[in-house]
Amino acid sequence: MADLATRTLPLRGFHGSSATVRLTPAPPASRLSLRARPEAVEALSTALGLSLPTRPKTSATNAARHALWLGPDEWLVIDALDTDLLGMAAAAGVLHSATDISHRNTAILVDGPGAAAAINVGCPQDLSLKAFPVGGCSRTVFGKAEIVLLRTGETAFRVECWRSFAPYVSGLLAAGAVDASH
Amino acid sequence: MSGAHRTANAASMGGANRLPGKGRLTPARTARFTFDGRTYQGLQGDTVASALIANGVHLVGRSFKYHRPRGIVSAGPEEPNALIDVMRDNARRQPNVRATVQEVFDGMTVASQNRYPSLTFDVGGINNILAPFFAAGFYYKTFMWPKQAWKSIYEPRIRAAAGLGVSPTEDDTDAYASRYAHCDVLVMGAGVAGLTAALAAAGTGARVILCDEQPEVGGALHHDTGVMIDGQNGYDWAQAAARRLAALDNVTLLTRTTAFGYYAQNFVALAERVTDHVSRPDRTAPRERLWQVRAKRVVIATGAIERHMVFANNDRPGIMLASAARTYLNHFGVAVGRKVGVYTAHDSAYEAAFDLHRAGIAIPAIVDCREQPGSAVLAEARALGIEVLTGHAVTDTKGKLRVSAMSVRRVSGGSSARSIAIDALITSSGWTPSVHMFSQSRGKVAFDAETQRFLPGIYAQDCISIGACNGTTDIAATLGEAVDAGELAAQAAGFAGGARLDLAGTQAFAWTGGMAGAAYGAGPEDDVKAFIDFQNDVCAKDIRLAVREGMHSIEHIKRFTTNGMATDQGKLSNIHGLAIAAETLGRGIPEVGLTTFRAPYTPVTFGTLIGHSRGDLFDPTRKTSMHEAEEAMGAAFEDVGQWKRAWYYPRPGEDMHAAVNRECRTVRQTVGMFDASTLGKIEVVGPDAAAFLNLIYTNSWDTLKPGRCRYGIMLREDGFIYDDGVVGRMAEDRFHVTTTTGGAARVMHHMEDYLQTEFPHLNVWLTSATEQWAVIALQGPKAREIIAPLVEGIDISNEAFPHMSVAEGRICGVPTRLFRMSFTGELGFEVNVPADFGPDVWNAIRARVEAVDGCAYGTETMHILRAEKGYIIVGQDTDGTLTPDDASLSWAVGKKKADFVGIRGMKRPDLVRDGRKQLVGLLTKDPNVVLEEGAQIVADPNQPKPMTMLGHVTSAYWSENCGRSIALAVVAGGKARLGQTLYVPMADRTIAVEVSDMVFFDKEGGRIHG
Amino acid sequence: MLLIHCPYCEEERSELEFRAAGDAHIARPENIAAISDEDFEAYFFLRDNPKGLIFERWRHVAGCGRFFNAARDTVSDRFLKTYKAGEPKPQLPIAAMTDETVVETYEATEGRAE
Repeated sequence: MADLATRTLPLRGFHGSSATVRLTPAPPASRLSLRARPEAVEALSTALGLSLPTRPKTSATNAARHALWLGPDEWLVIDALDTDLLGMAAAAGVLHSATDISHRNTAILVDGPGAAAAINVGCPQDLSLKAFPVGGCSRTVFGKAEIVLLRTGETAFRVECWRSFAPYVSGLLAAGAVDASH
Repeated sequence: MSGAHRTANAASMGGANRLPGKGRLTPARTARFTFDGRTYQGLQGDTVASALIANGVHLVGRSFKYHRPRGIVSAGPEEPNALIDVMRDNARRQPNVRATVQEVFDGMTVASQNRYPSLTFDVGGINNILAPFFAAGFYYKTFMWPKQAWKSIYEPRIRAAAGLGVSPTEDDTDAYASRYAHCDVLVMGAGVAGLTAALAAAGTGARVILCDEQPEVGGALHHDTGVMIDGQNGYDWAQAAARRLAALDNVTLLTRTTAFGYYAQNFVALAERVTDHVSRPDRTAPRERLWQVRAKRVVIATGAIERHMVFANNDRPGIMLASAARTYLNHFGVAVGRKVGVYTAHDSAYEAAFDLHRAGIAIPAIVDCREQPGSAVLAEARALGIEVLTGHAVTDTKGKLRVSAMSVRRVSGGSSARSIAIDALITSSGWTPSVHMFSQSRGKVAFDAETQRFLPGIYAQDCISIGACNGTTDIAATLGEAVDAGELAAQAAGFAGGARLDLAGTQAFAWTGGMAGAAYGAGPEDDVKAFIDFQNDVCAKDIRLAVREGMHSIEHIKRFTTNGMATDQGKLSNIHGLAIAAETLGRGIPEVGLTTFRAPYTPVTFGTLIGHSRGDLFDPTRKTSMHEAEEAMGAAFEDVGQWKRAWYYPRPGEDMHAAVNRECRTVRQTVGMFDASTLGKIEVVGPDAAAFLNLIYTNSWDTLKPGRCRYGIMLREDGFIYDDGVVGRMAEDRFHVTTTTGGAARVMHHMEDYLQTEFPHLNVWLTSATEQWAVIALQGPKAREIIAPLVEGIDISNEAFPHMSVAEGRICGVPTRLFRMSFTGELGFEVNVPADFGPDVWNAIRARVEAVDGCAYGTETMHILRAEKGYIIVGQDTDGTLTPDDASLSWAVGKKKADFVGIRGMKRPDLVRDGRKQLVGLLTKDPNVVLEEGAQIVADPNQPKPMTMLGHVTSAYWSENCGRSIALAVVAGGKARLGQTLYVPMADRTIAVEVSDMVFFDKEGGRIHG
Repeated sequence: MLLIHCPYCEEERSELEFRAAGDAHIARPENIAAISDEDFEAYFFLRDNPKGLIFERWRHVAGCGRFFNAARDTVSDRFLKTYKAGEPKPQLPIAAMTDETVVETYEATEGRAE
C-alpha cells in the first residue's frame, strides 16, 4: 500500500504583488458546476444552504460558501471547506446536473486599490462599483484565457480559472498589478 | 571634427535663441542631449524641436525623395519633416520620432535620418538635380521593366535611398502596458473646448476621461496668448482647470495621451506615453500604455491644424507655420529667427508677427496675398510699425541649408520682384479643423463653402465635436458650445444636475481669411517646386500631372502622387492637394471629396499595440499537473495547441530515435506509463444523457451498461468525421466523454450547439471536466500488476474488469475513475485522479513501473504504437473530408438508428460513390525506408507531369516492434487496392509501396484482452 | 470591437466574449434521415448572404454560454436586436436599418473613378 497521495497546487510559490495590488493564490476549495431548470432552484437552494441567485451577474454567500450565477441554468458553487457539495445537491432530490470541478479550477485573490485596474489589463468588462458591485460575478475573458470573476469587496476580487491557465492568468495579473501602481 | 562631442557655445539658458523672460520653462532646469553626435543644452519641458531651434539648428533632415535639406515646420504632431531617431541604448531605440512631440531629457541621444554621409552634405541630394526624372508616378513607370530587376536592383536601391529611419535590431527591453477602461464621457483634447466640456461633464458626477497628446493641457493656448478666460490668461486658466479636474475622483486626466483610433460603439484607443520624457525611467513602469476606452458619450475637441502657404521653394529650413513660431516664442521662449518674414492668407499669422515684434524680433514685412486682410490686425500692424504688403506673394526663397531671403511680388503683376533678407519665414494659409476622429467614427464631413472648410456633418455615433474641430473659432462661442456639450453628454449618459458652468472669455482678434491650394507663382504655368506634402515630396505640379495622366478620383490622385500617404497622413497637405485637384478638374472641392481618414491619427509603436502580449504572456502555455514530474525525468516536450506534452524521455546517450524505439519496445514487452491528461473530457449528466449521445455520436449508447465504455465517433451534419474518443458510462444518467486533445473546446461547443438549439427538450447538461482529472495511461503486459497494489475498491481482474470497463474506487488512497482501455493494443488502464493528486500518483506508479524495467513514454511512442494497430488520429489521418466508411469505421455507425448528427450527410451521393479516398496501410518495398507524411501517391511514376495523384501519406513511422517502416495513407479506392503496388515520387527518388490493411501488429488482437 | 447585448445576461458585453455561429432560424429537418438531396442541400449548404438585414446565431461563449439570435445589418455592422433562442423572428421597423453609405466598399471609395 502506497502512502496517501497529497495535493500539488497549481499556483504554489506564486508571488506577484505590487504597491497597490496584492495577489494571493486561493487555498484549495470544493467546487461544483451545478445545472438545473428554474423549477429545481428552490429545492437545490435548500439543500445547499443558500439561495441560488437567479439574476444575471449576481452571487449568493453563506459563510464560506458562494453560489455564482454563470448562466440561466448554471451556477458555480464554491466552498472554502472540504465539503461534499455533490452529495448535498443530490440530497435535494430534484432534476439537476452536478459535477465536481474542485481540481479543474483554481483561484487567485486580487486585493488592493489597484485591483480593478490590474484585472482590466485583460478583462473588457466595466469594473466600476456601479456596473460590477460587491457580490457581482461573471464568466468573462482575461487576455487569452477564460475566467470567472467574483467581486468580494470594493477593492477585492476572486479570479477563477482552469488550472492550466493559472500561470498565464497569474502572470498577466502580476503585470497588471505592476501597471496599476504606475 | 567627426566624433568630437563639443558643447555648443552660448548654451546658457538652453540655447542662444532663448529669449530672457519669455516662455514658460524654468531656465535653471536644463537638459543636455546630443544631436548627430554634438551636445546641446535645452530646458526640461522642451521638445527636441524647440531645443534645437533654441540652439540655432533648423536643418534636421533630408526629404524623402529629393533629399532636399529640411527644417522644422510645426510645433506639434502634424510635423512632416523633423523625424528623428531617439536612442537610449541599442535595444531601446525608436526611429521616425517627431522632434516636435518628443520631449528632451537629460542624456538623450538623437540622430537625424535619411542622410548620407551627413546632414549638411548628402549624396542623395543628386535626386534634387535629377528631379525632372522623378515626377509623380515615376515609380510606377520607370521601374516596370525588366521585371526581374525590380526585386534585385530597383527596390533595394530605392528603399535605401528613400528610407525613413532604421529599425532597431535588438529586442525591445521596455515594458508596455494595456488596459480596458469605461467612462460616461470621453473628451479628446484638453484645449479650451475640451477642458470646459470636461469641467461641465465632471460637475454632474459622470465618469470622465480627458486626454491630450501634449505634456500639459491648453492646446492652442500654448501659442495663443491673446485669450482671457474668467479674467485670467488663458494658459494659466487651463492649468488651474486641469488641477481642479485631476483632484476629482470621477475624472481621469491623461496628458501625453493621443486618441488615435475611433471604432464602433464609442470604442476609442488611446496611446499614453508614460516614460518617453523621463531621463532615467523606473524600469518597472511601462514605456507606453494602450487604453481601450468604451465611452457612453464622446466629446471631440481636437482643435485645428494650421496649413502652410504653397509657393516655390517653400521647404527651406527656417520656413515654418506661423503658429509654430508663436508656440516656440510664447511657450518655449525661443526665437525662430532674428529677421522673420511673414507670408499669409489668414489673420492668425499677424498675431504671431505681433508677438515676435514685441519680443524684439525684426519683422521685415508681412506679405499677405489678400487685398483686404482683417481690419483689426491690419490696424495693429500699422500701429506697431510693421510693413504689410497686401496683395503680394512670396514667389521664391533663397538659402541652401537655411532660408536667407524671400522674393516678393505684387499678385496683380506689373512690379518686379523685391528680395527681402530674412533668416526665418513663417506662413499661414488658414486652419484645417481636425475632423480625423469624427471621420474615423464614420461621421460624414460636410464642406462649408463660406469658410472653405470640411466640418463635421452627419454623426454616426454618440459623439459631438466642439471648438476649432467643429469650425468654431470665437472664444465665447467655444465656451458656450463646450459647456453645452459636456452637460448634454453627461445627461445622455444618465447624469444631470449641478450648477451650470458659467465661463466668460475674450480673444485679442477675430480672424478672417484662408486659402487652399497653390498660391500666386505656383500655378499651372509655373514650373516650380511648391511643396504641398513635405514628407513625401509632393508638389502642386504633381497633382496637376496626376490629373493629366487620367487620375480623376481623389483616391487615385492620392496613390499616384503619394500625397498624404506619409506617416503624417497629410495633416498639412490633404486640403491643398484636394484644392489643386479640384481646380485642375474644374470641379468644386466637395465634388472631388476627401480621402478616408484612417487610424492611427499619429503613428503608434508596435509595443503599444502589443502591450503585455509578449514572451510568456503572448499566449497561454498549458501544462498538465504532472508536467514537473515529467520534466524531472528528462522529458522532451512538444507543443500540441497550447499544451506542452511529453514527447519522449531520452536517457543519457540516447537521441530521439533511440529513445522512441526503446519506449515502443518496452510498452509491448513490459509496461509503459503515459500522461494522457490533455484529452478533452466532458461530463454528460441527466436522465436523457444516453438519448443525447445517441444524437451526437454515430454509435448507439442505449446498450452500454454502467461500468462499461465504448469508442465513439461523431460526425458533422455533412457526414464527415469530426472527433472520436472513448465514452464511459458511470451511471444510468452520467457519462464520462473523452475527446481528442485539440478537439476539446470545439466538441464542447458543437455539443452545446445541438443541445441548446436543436434538442433543448432533453434533460441533460454538459460540463467540461478536462482539467478536473489527471490521467495516467498504463499500457503493456504488466499494466495490471503495476496498479494492483495501489487500487482499492475495484476488482481489476480480467474477469471482473474486462477490456472497455470503467469503475470508481481509490488509488493511492485518493478517488479515481479507472478505465480499462487501450490506445496501444496492449492490456491497458487509464487512471483518472483529481488533478492535484496527479504528481503524487504519477510518482507512486513510476516507482513500480521502473522496478519492473518499464518506462514512461511520450506522444511520439503513443503515435507509433497506435499506428501499429491502425488506430486513427482524427485531424492527422482524417482531414474533415473522410466518412466513417472511408476510415473503415462503419462498424461504429449504428445501423438501426433513426437519427444522429450526420446521418443524412453521410449518404450524400458524393460520399457513397466508388473511388473515394479511403484510409489504408502502406508498406514500403524497402522496409528500411520511412515515408514522409504528406507525400503524394501515384499509380504510375513514369506518367507525364502533372501526375494523377491518388492520395497522400497521413502517418509514417519506423516501427521497432514490426522491425520495419509502417504508414497510413488516404488512397482513391484504397480498400480495393489491397496488395497493389503504388509509388511515392520524392524529389530525389521514387519509393515503391504496397497497399495493406491498417493493422501492422498483433493482427489477431489478443494482447488487449490479456 | 462591438458591444453585443446578451438577452440572457441582460446587458451589453464586449464582442470578445462572443462567438458567431452562422445563420439563425434554420431548423434541422424533423426526419432528416429521409429528406431528399435537394432538401439537404437547402438545409445545410445554401445561405443567402444578404446585404443588409441578416438573422444570425451568436453564442455568449465566454459569458453565460447561451446561444441566442441577433438581427444585424451587414452594411453598417450594427446589431439591431438580439433575442433568446427559440423566440420568433422579430418584426423590425424599416427605420431600424441604417442608410449608412460611408462604409469602405470598393464602390464607395474607388467607384468615383471614371
